[in-house]
Amino acid sequence: MTAPLLEIDDLRLHFYTRDGVVRAVDGVTYHVKAGETLAVVGESGCGKSVTAQSVLRLVPSPPGRYVSGQIRFQGRNLLDLDMAEMRKLRGAEISMIFQEPMTSLNPVLTVGRQIGETLVLHQGMDQKAAEARAVEMLKLVGIPEPERRVREYPHQLSGGMRQRVMIAMALACNPKLLIADEPTTALDVTIQAQILDLMRELKSRVGAAIILITHDLGVVAEMAERVVVMYAGRKVEEASVDDLFARPRHPYTLGLMGSIPHLGSSLVHNAPPRLAEIQGVVPSLREEIPGCAFAPRCGFATERCGRERPEIEELAPGHFAACFEAERVAAQFAEAAS
Amino acid sequence: MFAYIVRRLLATIPVMGVVALFVFALLHLTPGDPAVLIAGELATDADIAAIRAKLGLDQPFHIQLATWLWSLARGDLGISIFTNLPVTRLIEQRLEPTLMLTLTTLIVSIVIALPLGIISAWKAGTWIDTAVMSFAVFGFSVPVFVLGFVLILVFSLQLDWFPVQGYTSISEGFLPFLANITLPSVALGMIYAALIARITRASMLDVLAQDYIRTADAKGLATFDVLIRHGLKNAAVPIVTVIGIGIALLISGVVVTETVFAIPGLGRLTVDAIVKRDYPIVQGMVLLFSAVYVFINLLVDLSYTLLDPRIRY
Ligand SMILES: Nc1ncnc2c1ncn2[C@@H]1O[C@H](COP(=O)(O)OP(=O)(O)OP(=O)(O)O)[C@@H](O)[C@H]1O
Ligand code: SF4
Ligand SMILES: [Mg+2]
Repeated sequence: MTAPLLEIDDLRLHFYTRDGVVRAVDGVTYHVKAGETLAVVGESGCGKSVTAQSVLRLVPSPPGRYVSGQIRFQGRNLLDLDMAEMRKLRGAEISMIFQEPMTSLNPVLTVGRQIGETLVLHQGMDQKAAEARAVEMLKLVGIPEPERRVREYPHQLSGGMRQRVMIAMALACNPKLLIADEPTTALDVTIQAQILDLMRELKSRVGAAIILITHDLGVVAEMAERVVVMYAGRKVEEASVDDLFARPRHPYTLGLMGSIPHLGSSLVHNAPPRLAEIQGVVPSLREEIPGCAFAPRCGFATERCGRERPEIEELAPGHFAACFEAERVAAQFAEAAS
Repeated sequence: MFAYIVRRLLATIPVMGVVALFVFALLHLTPGDPAVLIAGELATDADIAAIRAKLGLDQPFHIQLATWLWSLARGDLGISIFTNLPVTRLIEQRLEPTLMLTLTTLIVSIVIALPLGIISAWKAGTWIDTAVMSFAVFGFSVPVFVLGFVLILVFSLQLDWFPVQGYTSISEGFLPFLANITLPSVALGMIYAALIARITRASMLDVLAQDYIRTADAKGLATFDVLIRHGLKNAAVPIVTVIGIGIALLISGVVVTETVFAIPGLGRLTVDAIVKRDYPIVQGMVLLFSAVYVFINLLVDLSYTLLDPRIRY
């Protein structure tokens, strides 16, 4: 087995704010292999974005500070690099698509300029060559009339087209790793499907590894090979997509499955601990939680869960979960599914 | 774009017309007989009659108005009462120092303020930011004439680096011109630099928090490119607006500065004319300043369409 392309190792990112320390990332470990698609799922605020942005060192500091951990890209710890070295990786080896297509493009620069900029920067192209390549990129991401669009400004494009432009921009320099942070959440359903199709197609062509952040398990099933489930700044489960859907081992994952209509309802329907819509709210990340962070919302919780924190353990080859009751969860799921 | 510019230029005509009427009214709505006021207390009846004739005040009202507008349309601002010279000629003679002072002040303040504003937004919350903003508060609170006198005291009298007062035309050599204009520009520019620096900082802070700045960072662009190419252009509209407003404010500052530094410019001309009640000059100056103001406004509006593609014309 070759070493993974990216390894996030026990990353702890805390925000030191006026009203306390926010433990946004609290010991997260995951990796992506070259060419692989890894999905990261979890509710809003669980730290998916800040973990991913840490890879590009985009988290503002202050208030953010890395308390521990490493982010190794091709063996090098990115947290040790100086900014000049970091900038050589950004947009060239690792690029990122953001959650908000409407605001992530610069309103006063043409689309062509914004795509071309990366090429000028990282590949030393001149403006003209970069512009020509930008037209090609626009064609690649399926934007009609690329010669005209390349001279347009973001406000002249629809949300779906802007996200296509973001993808074109991210892939312009053939990165080894593409981080897509909820690339379709802000788009309407038909456009979502188109963008996902596009990403799949481009992935097979470019061969980049993808970290796909989403809170939609439907997207995971369609796009990814492996999944990391995050809850309150931690990884609570990790498995191949097939394993996760066949045998989820964390109650939170089970809950998430309940919240996707087609997949979930048929699977956990009538399951005794009814988790269908996950009750309760995400815990505050400001206080140290003594036991399992999910305990207040968990139908499987025992007295132990309030006292002791479950460590993440490999329960089957490649299948990790952080839950004392993992086997009971899996058994119950299997029973409900049959 | 060209049609838009023409349309905007035409739209300034009615505005200037209203200004012209106002300036006309300036003379006629002042209580009492303007000729008596202008002539002063020691004047004889003959003096007053002469002034009245010169200003056309002996004509019927509608003729006066028509004459006034007609001469304006031909670019004639009338004859100064005390010097008997055409007002346009007087303005012409005094134009260069004022124009140059305004220009150098603008350059000095923008060159100081833009980088300071950008840096303090970039380093917001650090001691650099605090230092820059303290400087801005200082710039705001020190009156032009105080700063002017202090500069003269230190740099002219003590250190003897610059001449004390006066003005040298740029046609007589660039260095002597620079020597004379530097201190007045700094004195006048300080408040203006403070204003621009503050607006630049506020506008940049706003822009730097936007998602597209994070996108620019994620591409690996150098800080300078992120700040200038992606930041400043987005932050430019409020900055340009303030620079425009500032030019209007400069006009009053110019009067004071010209007095302190004994520069024979339009400010001095105006002050002298007001003191002597030389109405044609005062009217001419009000018209000129208004025209400048309208023109600057037009330039600012036009610049918006260049700076921000979302603003349509
Ligand atoms: N600059 C910051 N200062 C303080 N707290 C922050 C900052 N940025 C993020 N956080 C906190 O970090 C936590 C994780 O945020 P993050 O954006 O990673 O969530 P997410 O999982 O991506 O959620 P979503 O699905 O809504 O995008 C949140 O609780 C958030 O409040
Ligand atoms: S450890 Fe306990 S509380 Fe936490 S998820 Fe498992 S059963 Fe629920
Ligand atoms: Mg997010």
